[in-house]
Amino acid sequence: MANAAAPVLELSGIHKAFPGVKALSEAGLRLYPGEVHTLMGQNGAGKSTLIKVLTGVHAPDQGSITLDGRAIHPRSTLEAQELGISTVYQEVNLCPNLSVAENIFIGRYPRKWGMVDWAGMRTRAAALLRELEIDIDVSAPLSRYPLAIQQMVAISRALNISARVLVLDEPTSSLDEAEVQLLFRVLRRLREQGMAILFVTHFLDQTYAISDRITVMRNGEREGEYAAAALSRLALVNKMIGKPADPADAADVAVGGGAVAGRSEDAPQAAAARIVLEARGLGRKGVLQPVDLQVREGEVLGLAGLLGAGRTELARLLFGADRADKGDIAIGDKAYGSFANPRQAIAAGIGFCSEDRKLEGAILSLSVRENLVLAMQARQGMLRAIPMQRQRELAEEYVKALGIRTASIETPIGTLSGGNQQKVLLARWLATEPRLMILDEPTRGIDVRAKQEIMDYVTTLCKRGMSLLFISSELPEVLRVSDRMLIMRDRAACGEYQRGDLDETTVLHAIAGEAA
Amino acid sequence: MTHNAANLAGAQASTALDAAAGPVHAAPGAMARLLAYPLARPLGALIVLLLINLFAVPGFFHLEVKDGHLYGAMVDILNRAAPLMLAATGMTIVIAMRGIDISVGAVVALAAAVACTMAAAGQALWLAFAAALGAALLCGAWNGLLVAALGLQPIVATLVLMVAGRGLAQLVTDGQIVTVYRDDFFTLGSGYLLGLPVALYVALAVVAAVSLAMRKTALGLFTQAVGVNPVAARLAGIRAGALVFASYAFCAVCAGLAGLIISSNIKSADANNAGLLLELDAILAVTLGGTSLAGGKFNLVGSVIGALIIQTLTYTVYSLGVPPEVNLVVKSLVVFAVCLSQRSKA
Repeated sequence: MANAAAPVLELSGIHKAFPGVKALSEAGLRLYPGEVHTLMGQNGAGKSTLIKVLTGVHAPDQGSITLDGRAIHPRSTLEAQELGISTVYQEVNLCPNLSVAENIFIGRYPRKWGMVDWAGMRTRAAALLRELEIDIDVSAPLSRYPLAIQQMVAISRALNISARVLVLDEPTSSLDEAEVQLLFRVLRRLREQGMAILFVTHFLDQTYAISDRITVMRNGEREGEYAAAALSRLALVNKMIGKPADPADAADVAVGGGAVAGRSEDAPQAAAARIVLEARGLGRKGVLQPVDLQVREGEVLGLAGLLGAGRTELARLLFGADRADKGDIAIGDKAYGSFANPRQAIAAGIGFCSEDRKLEGAILSLSVRENLVLAMQARQGMLRAIPMQRQRELAEEYVKALGIRTASIETPIGTLSGGNQQKVLLARWLATEPRLMILDEPTRGIDVRAKQEIMDYVTTLCKRGMSLLFISSELPEVLRVSDRMLIMRDRAACGEYQRGDLDETTVLHAIAGEAA
Repeated sequence: MTHNAANLAGAQASTALDAAAGPVHAAPGAMARLLAYPLARPLGALIVLLLINLFAVPGFFHLEVKDGHLYGAMVDILNRAAPLMLAATGMTIVIAMRGIDISVGAVVALAAAVACTMAAAGQALWLAFAAALGAALLCGAWNGLLVAALGLQPIVATLVLMVAGRGLAQLVTDGQIVTVYRDDFFTLGSGYLLGLPVALYVALAVVAAVSLAMRKTALGLFTQAVGVNPVAARLAGIRAGALVFASYAFCAVCAGLAGLIISSNIKSADANNAGLLLELDAILAVTLGGTSLAGGKFNLVGSVIGALIIQTLTYTVYSLGVPPEVNLVVKSLVVFAVCLSQRSKA
């Protein structure tokens, strides 16, 4: 294995500062050929920055990068690629309007007689994808395929460049279980071929399923490098958080939260509380089959199901982001028919944190303060501007309450780390004091600690009477916080469970559509 | 006490302006700090132009009182820049919301045609002006409908009216140049108030009204939010579609006002040539003022300065005796230089 050989890639003593923030200090990393190496750390620990230094997006202020013992100074991703370092980023960055084959070969179209060899390109693209066990029409535009396939296309593009080092920045955050297994098979094959693979993820299960070694980062520094087999889950979580974690809590995270713990006894009695939202037969042709739904005051209703089961679609219909063509919604005693746009839903007291933070949530070049007051201001109406003094107070308040790490409230939200952006967006909705909050994958792609902070804060609000509709692909998380759970499969609701009946096996069976 | 309060209010207003105009990066050098101020570059360009005039055009800064009003090159520039300032103001709002309006010149021609035809037919002046602005508003509503409701690409949507607008204007004027012989009609374009051109007051009033609306209501925040991320803005409860629609309506009304000033100034309506290529000058003024064509952050005062740069440049080139045919080339070179100098900001 790795130990005997020399590292193929080594970063040491890397320093990098951005205006107002020190992102990396004394960070480092060693990658050996033929290993899968996982980089772990909380949000803002510097993982993304380190990868950007490695792939030439940022130049380090100090420190060295050596590839095969020679110092390299990649100044762009293209240069890094040519040196043999290929990267697949967290957000798939391909061109959706180009064909699959063009995406794989972009910038390196095969040529024949000085012209682009389209036929050859298609054949080779199809062959590359077949290696990943994917058989699709490579001449179709990329946008026609689901995100998981797009991810695979991104990987085969990275592989097509004869790479020595493959960097995967959270490649699994939008994949379902079967797709993750497929990806891992591919990674294992590449490992056998001697490729050095750097894998960044927040999923502990996946880390242990595939890694040989783990580097933990904390506060922009290398906390340590460990053999995966020799590091227990509990120890790993402790090292990431940097304090002896609450044993029960960490154990829960570490083993995947099989049992229902956490929020329980003091939750309001579900049957007694008033109904806040009731949807009857809410649906839309080709999107969602009619769903009945009730949420009571102070209740957490979990929505579980696989990717594409209709969870997000239901949330969007409830919020008026898409128009329902069947059914009606009542909030409290007031019947609404269905919401034609988000504005009506907001006026009725609903808040909605979308799963797509970058596209549907954050307004990147506006400041933390501006992002935070946006929904509240929209609800008040354009003419009644919130006084600047009040805006600042609000922003400072929420920055403190949610522990948002930002240089100031006037910093553009785009410069914050993912978890902190998510907290700002959460605050945007909490500022409107909603009766029902819909959180769609609020913890995707953010670290254990931010996850915990967000869920803690939200469940505290639920105890004070806010209702929550919670959507997450991480079943243990849904199980932990939900009072009741609605299971969805194939764009329809297929079962509802009370807290007492909830355990992971039952739910898994329901999701998979088998009798328990 | 009141003095202190006024100071405080002033300080607040200026921080609000900074916040609206863009993040001011802390930079070490004094020069860099100066350049980080959003208006530094357009103001610098204007000052350089004025300095060139100081040395190259004798009497450029000479002002005298003639016929009861100020008279001189600078007054002339201000008067002629007024329509462009108006067009640039409307264009700034459209561009801030990720749009573009290339029908401005055609709307100018249509508004001028309606106003002149009615004024020449002896209608009341207010009625003629109201009808012209109404026609402009309809044009803007059409553009807004195509972009906001039908989802056409702004440049294609407004191209329709760019072509059709002049045709409509010719229909209104029967293909003739309509000349007006009424003194009350000329006030807007060639009249003076307290020594300065009336047109300048009109333009500045519109700019001031828009700035005030941006600052005193949440319009500025919403405009930027829609410009940066329309999807997220809609999900946050902003009427993104309605705002985009309104931006085109407003831009067209600005163009209509510009049309009134132009026709009043030349005392006639020429459907073929009134406001020709004004949309391009307006886009140029917006760019020179430091607003990005990508939408989002915008700078109204910058656009006004941009309009002044363009008009001063035109005047300078003519005064230097450069043949009119070469004027456009010189203009393009200067624009090229200014745009290059702004590149680092993006």
